[in-house]
Amino acid sequence: MLLIRRFEERTAEMYALGKIGGFCHLYIGEEAVAVGAVDALRPDDYVFSAYRDHGHCLARGSDPKRVMAELFGRSTGLCKGKGGSMHLVDAERRFMGGYAIVGGHLPLAAGVAFAVKYRGGDQVVLCFFGEGAVPSGACHETLNLAALWGLPVLFLCENNRYGMGTPVERAVALYADVAQNAAAYGIEAGRVDGMEVLAVRDAVGKALEQVRTRQRPYFLEAVTYRFLGHSMADPAHGHYRTKAEVDEAKKRDPLLLLRTRMLGERLATEADFKRIEQEVAEIVREAVEFADASPAPPLTALEDDVYV
Amino acid sequence: MKATYREALNQALQEEMRRDDRVFLIGEDVAYYQGAFKVSKGFLEEFGSRRVVDTPITELGFTGLAIGAAMAGLRPVVEVMTFNFALLAMDQIVNNAAKIRYMSGGQLSVPIVIRGPGSAAHQLGAQHSQSLEAWFCHVPGLKVVAPATPFDAKGLIKSAIRDENPVIFLEAQLLYPVQGEVGDGDYTIPLGVAEVKRPGTDVTLIAYSKMLLVALEAAGKLAQEGIQAEVIDPRTLRPLDLATLATSAKKTGKVVIVEEGWPFAGLGAQIAESLYRRVFDYLDGPIVRVTGRDVPMPYARNLEDAAIPNADQVVTAVHQVLYRA
Repeated sequence: MLLIRRFEERTAEMYALGKIGGFCHLYIGEEAVAVGAVDALRPDDYVFSAYRDHGHCLARGSDPKRVMAELFGRSTGLCKGKGGSMHLVDAERRFMGGYAIVGGHLPLAAGVAFAVKYRGGDQVVLCFFGEGAVPSGACHETLNLAALWGLPVLFLCENNRYGMGTPVERAVALYADVAQNAAAYGIEAGRVDGMEVLAVRDAVGKALEQVRTRQRPYFLEAVTYRFLGHSMADPAHGHYRTKAEVDEAKKRDPLLLLRTRMLGERLATEADFKRIEQEVAEIVREAVEFADASPAPPLTALEDDVYV
Repeated sequence: MKATYREALNQALQEEMRRDDRVFLIGEDVAYYQGAFKVSKGFLEEFGSRRVVDTPITELGFTGLAIGAAMAGLRPVVEVMTFNFALLAMDQIVNNAAKIRYMSGGQLSVPIVIRGPGSAAHQLGAQHSQSLEAWFCHVPGLKVVAPATPFDAKGLIKSAIRDENPVIFLEAQLLYPVQGEVGDGDYTIPLGVAEVKRPGTDVTLIAYSKMLLVALEAAGKLAQEGIQAEVIDPRTLRPLDLATLATSAKKTGKVVIVEEGWPFAGLGAQIAESLYRRVFDYLDGPIVRVTGRDVPMPYARNLEDAAIPNADQVVTAVHQVLYRA
């Protein structure tokens, strides 16, 4: 979690310096969801994400150097600089990608689950998406197919309360209990506090167990909050929410909650946190250094990988 | 061996599914109904519901699902009941299938075939009669195939299934019952290779899918006037076999392109532009296009006939390029 937090903070700095371009969506505030959920997976399980994907990719164990290099658009990036912030892919870790058409990756996740079932495997597919994707046709078509065919997908809805600037109350009819959208298809659904990393890990672990053994999809809503703007183009709280609301949410910062709990239960000391902070700072420093020192992709790569 | 276009596709798909367990057929009514046009006749009995998958009417959902299955190493063949319905899956085809290889820097690939009938049949109205090949041909990352004969349909669908890239495979409802010679057993025709369907010296006719039959009919009429038309079928529309088209254009110096789609930004415009770049100096005059009319397809039979190219229009176009008005 701390790695994602510090990585994203440096990403914002690098964006401000013009080292990173395009649309860039930071995960600060939502770290507990990716970390808790991915920790419950096996290495041979699959992960899909949307466009706010840095955290999921790092949680899956991708090399921060290669993630940062991809954000910089360098040839050493995960996707050789062809994907960028919204399209991180690490096939070796079965991180199947970040996708930037809202809702559009849900059918892909169901398709990988279809392939698993076709082959008689016992892997599962963890599919992250925001609550903004829930009203989309892609989401509903996918939920229906996954329920109909018993596909091993965990649909993990990160409800950070806003689809860009539109609050969930103005976008999702069943906003008070988003998971009810899945329940309508006969999919077992649950809800978890997305700010408590251990609660997320516990809920995802239990859900995955069901998905794996019963070959049924599951829909988990993780209630979370985005501390920064929708993207780098959007000030921290913006016009659509108040500073007071953001400040209130920050009181339940997932890093703070875990730290307080660990100190309280004497599972770690202040010295431990200091040491971790130093280690993470070093990893992030190296990532930026690596990205900055890496070459841009050669122009000869422009037409590579359009076709196999 | 004689077979219809429908039977040729049926045989080829059956042979590919026997050859490779990763190949499966998915779409609306492909299993119990045996396909809206009976291309998958007998498949459910032979391959079972694991590999012949009926779907709800959700083109976005099942096309996207098949793309995901391809990413995980299967070889899906998606049947769209007609390509008009593939418009509902355009986001999945354009934003996912065509781009995943590139966006991932070559880490992932999408070996999928999306097939079904395109173009007009008889009086199906505006929403069931469209020729949408230009839409797909516009997109880098897709291959587009449009066979006209049973022989080509069989050999090309096999190559499409074995290809590592997403392939849009355009059939035509009116071609399904058309008979032709089909090779026995396992043969393939490489994607991206055109074929001279009728040799000639005076004018080059370029036509694909159902319009090949129109061009051949026109060539027969022209022969009676002593005009020897060379008829070429690109067969694959992307990548286009420009070398074969250019060789013929150089030889005859006159080119007519026949397409059923709309004229504005139609595929013929691209073929003409590509030929101008290669062989402008060899041409005796402008390339002429015979296209569908620039209207949604009408229902009334006489209006529909007037909206689709026919052999007489092709003959007139040939007279025009030969300056024999």
